[in-house]
Amino acid sequence: MNTIYERAALVADAAQRMGKHVYSPGTAGKITEARLEFQKKSPKLATLEEAIRRSGLTDGMTISFHHHFRGGDKVVNMVVDKLAQMGFRNLHLAASSLSDVHSPLIGHIRNGVISRISTSGLRGELAQCISHGLMDEPVVFRSHGGRGSAIASGDLHIDVAFLGTSSSDPLGNACGYSRSPNARSICGSLGYALPDARYADKVVVITDDLVPYPNTPNSISEHDVDFVVEVDSVGDSSKIASGAIRDTKNPRDILLAQQAARVIENSGYFNDGFSIQTGSGGASLAAVKFLRESMIEKGIKASFALGGITAHMVRMHQEGLIDRLIDVQSFDKVAAESLMTDRSHKEVSSCEYASADEPGSAVHYLDVVILSALEADVNFNVNVLVGSDGIIRGAIGGHPDTAADSALSVIVCPLLRGRIPCIVDEVTTLITPGSTVDVIVTEYGIAVNPARPDLAARLREKGMNVVGIEWLRDKARSIIGRAAPLPFGNKVVGVVMNRDGSVMDVIKNIEPADD
Amino acid sequence: MMFVPGNNPGMMADAHIYGPDSIMLDLEDSVTIAEKDTARLLVYNALRSVDYGDTEMVVRINPLNTPYGRKDIEAVVKAGVHVIRMPKTETAAEVEEVEREIEKVEREIGCLGRTRIMAAIESALGVVNAYAIATASPRMMGIALGAEDYCANLKTQRTPGGDELRLARETIVVAARAAGIDALDTVYSNLDDMETFRKEVELIHTLGFDGKSIINPRQIEIVNEVFAPTPRAIEKARAIIAAIREAERRGSGVVSVNGKMVDRPVVIRAQRTIDLAIASGIISEA
Repeated sequence: MNTIYERAALVADAAQRMGKHVYSPGTAGKITEARLEFQKKSPKLATLEEAIRRSGLTDGMTISFHHHFRGGDKVVNMVVDKLAQMGFRNLHLAASSLSDVHSPLIGHIRNGVISRISTSGLRGELAQCISHGLMDEPVVFRSHGGRGSAIASGDLHIDVAFLGTSSSDPLGNACGYSRSPNARSICGSLGYALPDARYADKVVVITDDLVPYPNTPNSISEHDVDFVVEVDSVGDSSKIASGAIRDTKNPRDILLAQQAARVIENSGYFNDGFSIQTGSGGASLAAVKFLRESMIEKGIKASFALGGITAHMVRMHQEGLIDRLIDVQSFDKVAAESLMTDRSHKEVSSCEYASADEPGSAVHYLDVVILSALEADVNFNVNVLVGSDGIIRGAIGGHPDTAADSALSVIVCPLLRGRIPCIVDEVTTLITPGSTVDVIVTEYGIAVNPARPDLAARLREKGMNVVGIEWLRDKARSIIGRAAPLPFGNKVVGVVMNRDGSVMDVIKNIEPADD
Repeated sequence: MMFVPGNNPGMMADAHIYGPDSIMLDLEDSVTIAEKDTARLLVYNALRSVDYGDTEMVVRINPLNTPYGRKDIEAVVKAGVHVIRMPKTETAAEVEEVEREIEKVEREIGCLGRTRIMAAIESALGVVNAYAIATASPRMMGIALGAEDYCANLKTQRTPGGDELRLARETIVVAARAAGIDALDTVYSNLDDMETFRKEVELIHTLGFDGKSIINPRQIEIVNEVFAPTPRAIEKARAIIAAIREAERRGSGVVSVNGKMVDRPVVIRAQRTIDLAIASGIISEA
């Protein structure tokens, strides 16, 4: 009983007991084709239409997209046009954010292809039409961390994710950058696409740079990808990211930045090993510049910078002022290039970045965040989504996530934008609760949340112009007067989710202006 | 002194938030003929309704030989301006004429003596007459150099080193000191060259000017840095002031610090250092 032949009966017996078949070598033989040729026949490679068909998508399902290509994105319009052409209806579009470039969706909402939207932000004509009541179902707004949590928990279930990438191999190993000479649409981190890749039922990677296997190191793993679609272009690179550091010359931004930097320096959190996140607005970037000077002067180094990573942060990392970069979104080409080449520059998903219920998410370990605002009110609530004309014109982004979890949140907000007061009695829409906001910096003075008397005392001690938030509101009113109430209608056009999955506010429709 | 065009409400509304010592709302060169009336109305209302805090408010009027000068004076005096800045001043008689116009309006509204005058010197004749201009009226608080027109008049142009302005600058500082009023230097317009701007500010600081005219808030910090006294100078000045107070308390006429006798010029300079340190926000009190 010592040959294969002799053991055959025992093999059959074991197979039967285990409920398995007995191995049979078959007749196909080995595939001997050279692998560079063979991988071009990857079963995952498909046209967009084939991928949609084979994904099992049906009417009423949820499709998802990321917004790493920003204003240059071509993927959302390309896919939804194709879905419309194929006759799909009643789809739920769940994007990490939408912008001006997505106005063709208006037609697809009118013709019934898209009936629901979930996003972090809306801008331009689409935002305007939705604000005026275009959709029957309200748009659901989530923060970046909130979206990550909702996808992970199943609260936001994605049937098919369509993820544009800057490069992919035929198996679906994909990134927001490319090492090939054909690199075109570079965006850097794919952080907002990673939860979709991991949790969607089907994942379609769309790329304009199909490179040979293995496209490593990769952001999205072949393990999560069902189809790879090669197209002419996923984005207009000139609108995806700017090429270099651009410093603001706006004196008001510089003034706000200087004040924000001084608040941080005197806050008690400006110590060796601190961590920081800033937005991409002019004042935030300029604040980083001022902080950099103080860090050099005082010999202070940061352990990490988080969030949207900019060329400023990369430069400080290269200078040894910031130890690690944690990147959910690369704001410019310098950041994207650094992510590709620097091992201390780490890409994270929106869950690892800002999820409230993920103990390891980076925001929990963030000391200081500098954020902007459209409006703030006397209770320190902040609105970054709806303009003072009642029109949706922004994005929640990571605002409430970072404000809530950082040790110190600094909101930079001019008191006035032209004739619009930005410190008001009550924000038009509640996005970031006042309980999570520590300091509001304006050009007329700095308001500290009464819940932080320690902070107010420290800033006063350093001679900073700390004023009451009501004083700021009154100051704005004394210059501009009182605004007439907005002509909101009775239809709910948007629902704002808190990052914990609860409903925090609603946005009502606004009458179009008569002009 | 920060120049703000008198036809730009957005800039006028918040020019003070950047912390210039004084703001000059301009009705003259930055306002086209077609907008003279609009700008006057805007400046009038800005002075009346914007809370500029402690900032000294100056308005540059049009010359009296234009159809706008007298209307400008009437409007801004009524609005309570601190200082009227005369452009292209060449003689003491011009100052006296402006003074008469101011007085007329002040009498009408019952605030005689409230408005002070500053004269911009922008020609060779003006430089020659600098002292006469500086002493033409008790309302005179300062004279300033206007370099662009001066260079045109002199048949030269501005250079980074400022050699062409040397005589004008020195004359204006000397005339101002002799008259006991302030001397202000001209503007520097290239906002992309902060290095040359800093050198120019250092030069005029050395020459003895009291301040610099600026056209953008981004220039404020450099002017403050150059004009701010060093911590050592402040310490020394404090010691001198303390010694004087001590001497006064003892009723002694002789003041000495570290064994050295302190002369009157030293005391004056110490007081200036302290005033400047307070104005620059470096210290809050002597």
